[in-house]
Amino acid sequence: MIEVQHLTKHYGDKHAVNDISFTVEDGEILGFLGPNGAGKSTTMNMLTGYISSTSGTVLINGVDILEDPIKAKSYIGYLPELPPLYVDMTVKSYLHYVYELKKCKLPRRAHLNEVMNLTQISDVQDRLIKNLSKGYRQRVGLAQALIGNPPVLILDEPTVGMDPRQIQEILSLIKKLGKNHSVILSSHILSEIQATCDRIIIINHGVVAAHDTADNLSRNVSADHRIIARIEGPREEIVRALRNIDGIRYCRADMEREPGVYEYELEAAPGFDIRRPLFDIVSEHHWYLLSLRSAEMTLEDVFLKITMGEGVVIPSDDAKNDAQTKED
Amino acid sequence: MGAIYRREIGAYFTSSIAYIFLAVFWIFSGWFFYASSVTAGTTDMSGVFQSLFLVVIFLIPLLTMRLFSEEKKQKTEQGLLTAPVSLGEIVFGKYFAALTLYTIAILMPFVYALIISAFGAVEWGIVFANFLALFLLGAAFIAVGTLISALTENQIAAAVMSFVALMALYLLDLVANMIHISWVQTVLNHLSFYSKYYSITVGLFNVTTIIFYVSVAFVFNFLTIRVFEHRRWS
Repeated sequence: MIEVQHLTKHYGDKHAVNDISFTVEDGEILGFLGPNGAGKSTTMNMLTGYISSTSGTVLINGVDILEDPIKAKSYIGYLPELPPLYVDMTVKSYLHYVYELKKCKLPRRAHLNEVMNLTQISDVQDRLIKNLSKGYRQRVGLAQALIGNPPVLILDEPTVGMDPRQIQEILSLIKKLGKNHSVILSSHILSEIQATCDRIIIINHGVVAAHDTADNLSRNVSADHRIIARIEGPREEIVRALRNIDGIRYCRADMEREPGVYEYELEAAPGFDIRRPLFDIVSEHHWYLLSLRSAEMTLEDVFLKITMGEGVVIPSDDAKNDAQTKED
Repeated sequence: MGAIYRREIGAYFTSSIAYIFLAVFWIFSGWFFYASSVTAGTTDMSGVFQSLFLVVIFLIPLLTMRLFSEEKKQKTEQGLLTAPVSLGEIVFGKYFAALTLYTIAILMPFVYALIISAFGAVEWGIVFANFLALFLLGAAFIAVGTLISALTENQIAAAVMSFVALMALYLLDLVANMIHISWVQTVLNHLSFYSKYYSITVGLFNVTTIIFYVSVAFVFNFLTIRVFEHRRWS
């Protein structure tokens, strides 16, 4: 279990991370999203005791990382952004080294074999790390984090450099591990996060910009008040008519989908259902409404919208405080 | 500490630094042995040990240059610093690995002593005292080099800076002779690495010498630990 309270890191007067709080329960996978330089790696480095925080606390299984770092670190398996591999060692001797470094008590041969099988590196165990591809190195890095079976796993972009099949395998492994570990997974590949994580935190400029489940994140940003309608009829006239509907904030004709048929993107005030007035207008003018769908945003859209500074803040209950700090 | 120590020893041999270090050290010590003991036909080996002082200054940077600089450059230090080990274990694990290799190198004079013992009486007490002095000197110098290695991520820079630092320590005596202020001279003479070492090679063994070298080793290793603490908190 990971508990983070008001974590802050300043470099001089630059705020790398500003007042981040969250909790990861056992058996939960938390996704860490954010553009480059948003503070993801800085946060992870503070969680693992690599750097200290300016203020705030990090508890790993109830142990403060700054007060009893050795004990807290023994609960953590960490895969940093760049896996800490000694390239002139073989995979096997490196894992033996990590086993000793972590003062692991599990039966050595069986445990190392298990870890190598999980991460599928058994077939390269006698090769020098410097001769491995990026994807294999990444998996050795993951294996290194798994040694000692720590209850907390912190993985900074674990799938970098892997091919799509390897990514699937590693993500399903992480998902499996997430059943009995507390996992934090960072990535900027949103589909990975969406498929793997129970909850998502979006970090931007060092603060929590959003904190919710993947489904809620998409749902909150897109609702009935944003729809896309496909209407047959004169374009200019339709746009003018639609803009006259009360409560419409925004209307725009999109590309021509069929001859004489355009898609129109409509956005009304939140909570205002546009569908009925839209139908009235269309039938009044004897146009044809060919399709109507809600403009469901993908996580990609949500992410872009949040990080491009449009200021969409979607606080869930426990993240309200974090979201408020974004305002200042 | 054991894991770090063993990995470091292994790295010395895979990176061939161990072979270069041992070979060069033994070539020089062999030459000095030949030049000062064999050609003079004496069992007195103090000349060998006196000459080795400079060799040590040249070779210890080779041992210490990559201890921490390489970790920083390859980003492996993140693995070390997030592992459940203390900074003391990390620093001393590496330090003792370098000291071990150094000790292997300086055992060679015992072989020379064995050789000349076939031709005359060797004063083993003096040989052993000299060995101890060389060991303590290295223990102090390696700690200096370890600290400097922790300050940069460039091996070559670490080696050059360590060499300059050790040279400066060597030249303390010279500086002391040039400055004609008595208290400065006294302080510098007390700090002198060479005069302490030299007096042992001529047979004047002094407990304060042991304390001096051991303290220097501890102080510099402690400073290395502080460097990492400082970096974590900055």
